[in-house]
Amino acid sequence: MSRFSLIALVALFPLAASAVDSSTPTQVSMINSMIEQGWEDFEIKPAPVVADEQWCRRAFLDIIGRIPTGEELEEFMEGSRHERRSDLVERLLHDDRYTEEYAGHWATTWSNILIGRSGGNDRRSMISKDGMQKYLRDSFARNKPYDTLVRELVSATGSTKPGTENFNGAVNFLVDKVNMDKGVLATSSTSRIFLGQQVQCTQCHNHPFNQWKQQMFWEFNSFFRQSRSLRRFVDGTRDIDHAELIDEDFAGEANQAEDALIFYELRNGLTKVAYPVFTDGTEIPKSGFVSDVNRRNELAQLMLDSEYLDKMIVNRMWSLFLGFGFTKPVDDLGPHNPASHPALLEELAKAFRSSSYDLKQLITWITLSRPYSLSPVLGSNNEIDDPSIGEMPKFSRFYLRQMSAEQLYQSMLTATDAASSGSYEQQEQERRRWLGQFVVAFGTDEGDEATTFNGSIPQALMLFNGDLTKKAISTGRGSYIARLSSGGKNPVDRLNYLFMNGLARRPTVNEKKVAAALLRSREGDEKEMLQDMWWAILNSNEFIMQH
Amino acid sequence: MSTNWQTPSGMTRRHFMQHLAGSSAAVSASMTMGNALYANADELKKNHKSAILLWMGGGPATIDIWDLKPGAATGGPFQPISTSGDLQICEHMPMVAQQMHNLSVVRSMSTREADHNRGRYYMHTGYVPNPNIEHPSYGSVIAHETIEQRPELEIPPFVSIGGASAGPGFLGMAWAPFSVSSNGRIRNLEMKLEDSRLRERMYALEMIETGFAKRTRDVPAYEHAKVLKKTFDLMTSSQMDAFKVDKEPEEVKERYGTDGFGQGCLLARRLVESGVPFVEVDLGGWDNHNGIHTILKDNKLPQLDRAMSALVEDLEQRELLKDTVVIWMGEFGRTPRINQNAGRDHFARAWSCVVGGGNLNGGLAVGETSSDGTAVETEPFSSEDLMSTVCKGLGISTEKTFTSKNGRPMKIAGGGKIISDLIA
Repeated sequence: MSRFSLIALVALFPLAASAVDSSTPTQVSMINSMIEQGWEDFEIKPAPVVADEQWCRRAFLDIIGRIPTGEELEEFMEGSRHERRSDLVERLLHDDRYTEEYAGHWATTWSNILIGRSGGNDRRSMISKDGMQKYLRDSFARNKPYDTLVRELVSATGSTKPGTENFNGAVNFLVDKVNMDKGVLATSSTSRIFLGQQVQCTQCHNHPFNQWKQQMFWEFNSFFRQSRSLRRFVDGTRDIDHAELIDEDFAGEANQAEDALIFYELRNGLTKVAYPVFTDGTEIPKSGFVSDVNRRNELAQLMLDSEYLDKMIVNRMWSLFLGFGFTKPVDDLGPHNPASHPALLEELAKAFRSSSYDLKQLITWITLSRPYSLSPVLGSNNEIDDPSIGEMPKFSRFYLRQMSAEQLYQSMLTATDAASSGSYEQQEQERRRWLGQFVVAFGTDEGDEATTFNGSIPQALMLFNGDLTKKAISTGRGSYIARLSSGGKNPVDRLNYLFMNGLARRPTVNEKKVAAALLRSREGDEKEMLQDMWWAILNSNEFIMQH
Repeated sequence: MSTNWQTPSGMTRRHFMQHLAGSSAAVSASMTMGNALYANADELKKNHKSAILLWMGGGPATIDIWDLKPGAATGGPFQPISTSGDLQICEHMPMVAQQMHNLSVVRSMSTREADHNRGRYYMHTGYVPNPNIEHPSYGSVIAHETIEQRPELEIPPFVSIGGASAGPGFLGMAWAPFSVSSNGRIRNLEMKLEDSRLRERMYALEMIETGFAKRTRDVPAYEHAKVLKKTFDLMTSSQMDAFKVDKEPEEVKERYGTDGFGQGCLLARRLVESGVPFVEVDLGGWDNHNGIHTILKDNKLPQLDRAMSALVEDLEQRELLKDTVVIWMGEFGRTPRINQNAGRDHFARAWSCVVGGGNLNGGLAVGETSSDGTAVETEPFSSEDLMSTVCKGLGISTEKTFTSKNGRPMKIAGGGKIISDLIA
């Protein structure tokens, strides 16, 4: 019911807003008014606004992938009360000192989406993870418009590995997906990741629940049939050095390149024919000659014209910041899967297109919005707002969620100022080794995977006893604890600092009492007390959760 | 309060607790009390029910293993052989053939999910994926329903070996699978800290946990605390010896096969023996779209044959089989039609699963498929039906209803019907 009232509201008062000052972008006001309308419709009251320090931690985690240092928190709190939040977003997005971390965080996020955490790990894989990461890091560092990013990923040709001739890291998205099974995986990944259209089931039959038909799957698939991945070997051996993704003339399955068709089989055994046709019905010429028509280039253009492209990225970005998207799953859009806030999804998608696909602007709108500012409290006024039990999200509070393994890793390094020495490559190797321990593959040809970094026991064991924690709580010379205990005015001051650094708040009375008891237990060795408390902080739900 | 932070001496744990006693800081000491309660229970109850799921990731071609169609255009090159049960299976499974009196093949499985992720979810939970609710998987359900039989169990009740299995859904993270690799080695198990100090750290941690959970009132915060408790139990438990598969005699290891799946099956037996109610062992690599029969003959089937036969034989010899249900399945079967790459594709309409042990009848072929394997010709069975039957075989009531977090009643195993041929 709220769906219709919202649409009406938008039509009448596109920018109706609660009282906000004039510097607030109109897109932020739009988000606020539409979300607030939902609260009214459901007669719920939102959680209060979260404390500034907590919000600062939240924004750091979401925008650059780690918690703030004690100094960064102080810098934030020194800003004027009304502008400190918007100033921080501005700083994280545009200040040179954060460019590298911003790009690194988003490169990781997108690498996981495009090739998975295990992408490139398999012996037979042609993916160069370095190449994928390099391409993405460069793109996010330059704030490449999203439409350009998609065009490049979908249509790229060249070599996978940095330093080789024709290097183009963007090819790593498709390089493992075009050869096997007639490019079925390229078809399903491209449509799901960028258009939110889940077609994998329609490879074999018409989808029972959504608008996808088997015919559409193979028409979409036809766009990838000029593409091939070639292995390049280390000279004189059979070891794969890198791979190259190329487009070449496609003769079609009837061996007639002017009319390059493919066949597919219905469940009843009948064979049908497909040519490249986009999901909206747009056809392109049927020739398989690359000089006549480059099918992936055509596909990229058609995708950029599709409103699903805008909706999908807006939905994805929203879910990355708010914990839930407007749809669940986030990458399944269409009439069969109604959105929680369809009008907002639509308007935000349009606004994003109007911004020339500027991801940093989109991040600004979301992080400065009211729903993003709320505390993570489930109260009696918003009890029904619990998407974890299957309710549509109302965004009347900030939903608790666990940090990703990558965010935890960066945060642990930051919290203890322990960025390891060594070159970028060495640090990256160390990071990947650490992350690798959580990935579990499912043993299918599609490279499905799961993570054990999901709040279960292996994760808890790692945080209790793992090397990362050992390093973080070390009291040796030059360690974080050693440095901490030589600064500050007194033990309480140092304890405050510890809590600020880890949890962006001061210790409670009870926590101070525990610290005092620990100090006595450690026979007055303050470093050991701080070590015990630091261990407890790093292992707490409050540390591991984005809140 | 900083005034009191001088150096005392000779602190004991009792002393530490006294410093906190009487203050509001003395939260329930559930974590710090440890689990010495059952430390003297020297023997585990003998009537524990357990289940072992052999999960064949990728979707195995059951038409080539359990329900052969020799002579049919779809039949492939393998021949059937006789077994110790009342049915025939593939010639490349000679050792399992000798155990078939203990196992039955349900040949009339007919499901609708032919996508890996959907199929994995459906076969593990008895429910089709639903974006609004996460259903608990086999392991979580069975662990949850049988945990009361074993108050002395300190190690996780749901162990997944060499794979990720499927999650606990609305039962909560405390019922999540504990994933280990097949060598049974568990990373980061030891803190190397004196016990009293570890307990004090746990106390400080519990203080932070409780405060945060109370402030947010949200589920994930509470779930985290439960997982920490289980982690602590595990670190301090002597039952962790069950994971030390290396301790087995060499000839036993060789009987199971020294590959990951073989050692995983051996580890599963050790865990069941120690009272773990649910163990999943994963064997991937069945997604054979290309060159299927070479892979099956040279690689997958010999590996499966050795480990699966060893497991069933060993369970029987140790008199564990009557209390342990063994399930063999993947997310779906594969097409009877052999494709142009000499492979078989995903196929859910007619395929087979294998079960045995517990109270279930062995040695049977339940149901029939058509002469080319493309259709089920007898009463079709679903994931729900199989799961209900397994529950029955474990003595778990199929009338049980869970209440999901939003108050919706959910029947155990999706409310499937019992496969009556399998029940004695």
